[in-house]
Amino acid sequence: MTKPDLLPGTLDMLILKTLTRAPLHGYGIALSIKRISQDVLTVEEGSLYPALQRLLLQAWVKAEWKMTDTNRRARFYTLTAAGRKQLGAELNQFHQLIAAITRVLQDA
Amino acid sequence: MPNKLHRFFNKLFFFARRQKFDADLAEEMAYHRELKQRDLQQADPTLTPQDARYATNREFGNATVLKEQSRDVVAFWFETTLQDFRFALRQLRKNLGFTVTAILMLALGMAASIAIFAFVDAALLKPLPYKDPNRLVGVFERVPLENREDSNLSIPDYLDWKKRNVSFTALEAFDGTSVMLQRSDGVETVRVGRVSDGFFRVLGVAPILGRDFLTGEDLLSAPRTAMLSYSAWQTRFASDPGVIGKSVTIEGHPTVIIGVLPREFHFIPVEPADFWLTLHPEGHCDLSRGCHGIYGVGRLKEGVTIQQALADTKSIASQLEKEYPDTNRGQGANVVPLTRYIVGDFRPILLMLLAGAGLLLAIAAINIASLLLVRTESRRRELAVRGALGASPSRLIRQFVTEALVLVGTGAILGTVAAFWTTRLLTHLVPEDLLAHMAFWQHLTFSPRVFTFAALIAAFAAILFSLTPTVRTNMPEMREGLAEGSRGSAGNAWRRIGSKLVVLELATAVILLVIAGLLGKSLYRLLHVDVGFQPDHIATMFVAAPTATYGKPEQAIALHRLILDKLHQVPGVKAVGMSSALPIDGWGNTTWFRVIGRPWNGEHEEVAQRDVSTEYFTALGAKVVRGRLFNDNDQKSSPQVAIINRAFEKKYFPSEDALTKQISYLSTPPVPIQIVGVVEDIKEGQLDSGMYPALYFPFLQEPDNYFMLAVRTSQAETSVIPTLAAAIRQLDPQIAATRGASMDDLIRNSPMAYIHRSSAWLVAGFASLALLLSVVGLYGVIAYSVSQRTREIGVRMALGAQQSSVYRLILGEAGRLTTLGVLIGLACAVGAAAAMQALLFGVRSWDLPTLAAVAIILSAAALLASYIPARRAASVDPVVALRAE
Repeated sequence: MTKPDLLPGTLDMLILKTLTRAPLHGYGIALSIKRISQDVLTVEEGSLYPALQRLLLQAWVKAEWKMTDTNRRARFYTLTAAGRKQLGAELNQFHQLIAAITRVLQDA
Repeated sequence: MPNKLHRFFNKLFFFARRQKFDADLAEEMAYHRELKQRDLQQADPTLTPQDARYATNREFGNATVLKEQSRDVVAFWFETTLQDFRFALRQLRKNLGFTVTAILMLALGMAASIAIFAFVDAALLKPLPYKDPNRLVGVFERVPLENREDSNLSIPDYLDWKKRNVSFTALEAFDGTSVMLQRSDGVETVRVGRVSDGFFRVLGVAPILGRDFLTGEDLLSAPRTAMLSYSAWQTRFASDPGVIGKSVTIEGHPTVIIGVLPREFHFIPVEPADFWLTLHPEGHCDLSRGCHGIYGVGRLKEGVTIQQALADTKSIASQLEKEYPDTNRGQGANVVPLTRYIVGDFRPILLMLLAGAGLLLAIAAINIASLLLVRTESRRRELAVRGALGASPSRLIRQFVTEALVLVGTGAILGTVAAFWTTRLLTHLVPEDLLAHMAFWQHLTFSPRVFTFAALIAAFAAILFSLTPTVRTNMPEMREGLAEGSRGSAGNAWRRIGSKLVVLELATAVILLVIAGLLGKSLYRLLHVDVGFQPDHIATMFVAAPTATYGKPEQAIALHRLILDKLHQVPGVKAVGMSSALPIDGWGNTTWFRVIGRPWNGEHEEVAQRDVSTEYFTALGAKVVRGRLFNDNDQKSSPQVAIINRAFEKKYFPSEDALTKQISYLSTPPVPIQIVGVVEDIKEGQLDSGMYPALYFPFLQEPDNYFMLAVRTSQAETSVIPTLAAAIRQLDPQIAATRGASMDDLIRNSPMAYIHRSSAWLVAGFASLALLLSVVGLYGVIAYSVSQRTREIGVRMALGAQQSSVYRLILGEAGRLTTLGVLIGLACAVGAAAAMQALLFGVRSWDLPTLAAVAIILSAAALLASYIPARRAASVDPVVALRAE
């Protein structure tokens, strides 16, 4: 079965949303998205990293090296206040868009 | 924009810690994959660690690409550009031969185009140095007989046109002439413009010093005033600002200098003019309605078109026809844009030159494009590797664009600089007198238009050279390039296209070389044509004695005797001849005549007429066929006599003895003139003209105070000229002896010789550029062929091939192309030369020595160009060549 492609521009939003629960490292983010979407949304895992740089650059997330449970160094990303605000704005836009599309589809 | 600022500082932060950024990214990606692999193995224990790693990498994606993308997110735009640029430089340096060749070719092509465009720009695009020149028109008469659109006006007609027209804000008059300027040590003839008072006002030109002519200052009653040209102010008055108000004596009239014209001012129909005088109409011609000596220039009124102005002047002309039927019958009118009147003659030749330069540029561009194509072929593996390692197609294309920009940028700068010096050189090569007729090229500078033109060419070249390699690199193919690592097929495309182009270029060079050769040879023939006399050791000059003192026949005769005696005292002088016109000047100065004793019904038999002194034929070294020359007894009081030339005899007395014949001017009753001699034809007209009938009369019977001197000397004639001029001035400082030149120089610089010489040089210039480009093109093809075949050659040599056979292999390839190019070129050249046979003199279009010489020159150059790569091929070390794979 082919999996649906991610809607363009939604990856940033998904990352931000994932980080609202807890700070995560890259692999954690990928796992989390996969699990919560029940395997429907799988991103090419590596593409998380350019996206994360984008978010870092906008200062919507922060990155910190921390020790994991297995005593390994890993880079954890945390949502910033600006990031939370951005997420709100993006969600708002997204919901409006979905609602509009849904209305059109039901009407037809 | 705090957000933007924020981003900028973040970028700066990342930029400063670029190494840490890379290390962090690599570490977290590695950690990611480690966890992933662990999870995969836990989920499916049957998986081997190797398979798990493959699966991980598959799901993670291309790490190199992702790192690059991540870096792009945080990098400044110029960082990758800089990286591309550095890489481009490295690539170009690695292949120095290609780089230098490409840049030089581009520079050459651009230099030729830009230089010629600079000339075109200055002549055709740059507005004339007048106010609003598009509203200015030349106003002329038009006569049905002459096929000229700019016949001159008479002053009375001009004054009527000026008064009656409703089309011009102002209509002014101008004319160029020579006058005598009094100097402390004698007189000098100078070129002057003669204009109506409002001439400079209508052009919108103001003097930089002093004042303009005032209204009414051009009337005979007004005191005489003059304006100085900028160059005359510099050379004659050492740029002295106190020159205003000074008086000079021109034609015996004290004339006050009132102004100096701007440096950039020129008025080509009159140039070179040192002084600008006012009309001051006097004398028969100025006052007569039938004597046409001036031209009109007008400024159109607001909203008046040229057609309306033309209709207006035409109606005035027809009114005048009715009012003055004697003088004005058939005198029409014409109005043309002043710009066309001034630069119109230059347009076709300039545009032709521009087209030629464009062709050269196109050849150069094609050469470079094909070299690039080959280079791309040989870089397939590099591209495949970079692609496999994660360079995106756009990134690879950007690399090509960067390389093209480096090439074009360097070439364009070199080309523009070279063009600048070329224009400098060319304007210095043109004789100053001639340059004055092309005054728009004096002080030639590169205008913004020229730079825009250069930039446009460069942009076009950059686009072409960026696109060329990308055409050959579609991405799927790249994997094959990697797989095969093949080289054998690399040069094939090039050998197909490139060698055809090179043959074409070689043929073009051959055509141009042949034409240049033929023009050069016709110049030689022209200069060595039989002129009917001995042109060496003859000094010539123009003598003008004031009419007031020497105008009467007996005064002129007395002067002539004085000059004869005086000049015979100059050491080395063997014979002193005087004539109303010198040979090689034109078949003009004609007269009508009739043969006495033959029926005559008013026909106009027209022949050239020369009034010559006793020693004239001796001085020229002309040959007497029969009869006698003039002697000092042929005077006003004695019977009138004439000498005819061979052509005259052949035409009018084919079967009779001319010496028994008498002729007459068309007077009633006829006054008989006895023919006393026949001379061998002297070339009175242009070098390439035929021989026409000519009549010579004795100077003593037709005296004049203006005449040409031809003095035969035993010394170097140019060194005698100043002595002769000084001797004449000693007789009377009021006599002008000017335009001193040797007869050889007159022949060398005659218009026909000049046209041949300049076109020969011009075509030769283009031909050598074409030769250079085509040879470089050939070098390119062969050099690349060699570089593509290094392995093949290595194998051959490893198997025992001798160096000589490698030479034969490479030179044979070059030889085939050259032979083909030369043959095609020669065939076309003969055709082209036949088409321009009218321009050739004494040379056939299939002149074998020229054709052979061109073939040899081109073959030698081609051999030289292909010898370099052939030597490289022959010195290939088989071990290195094979290991290089």
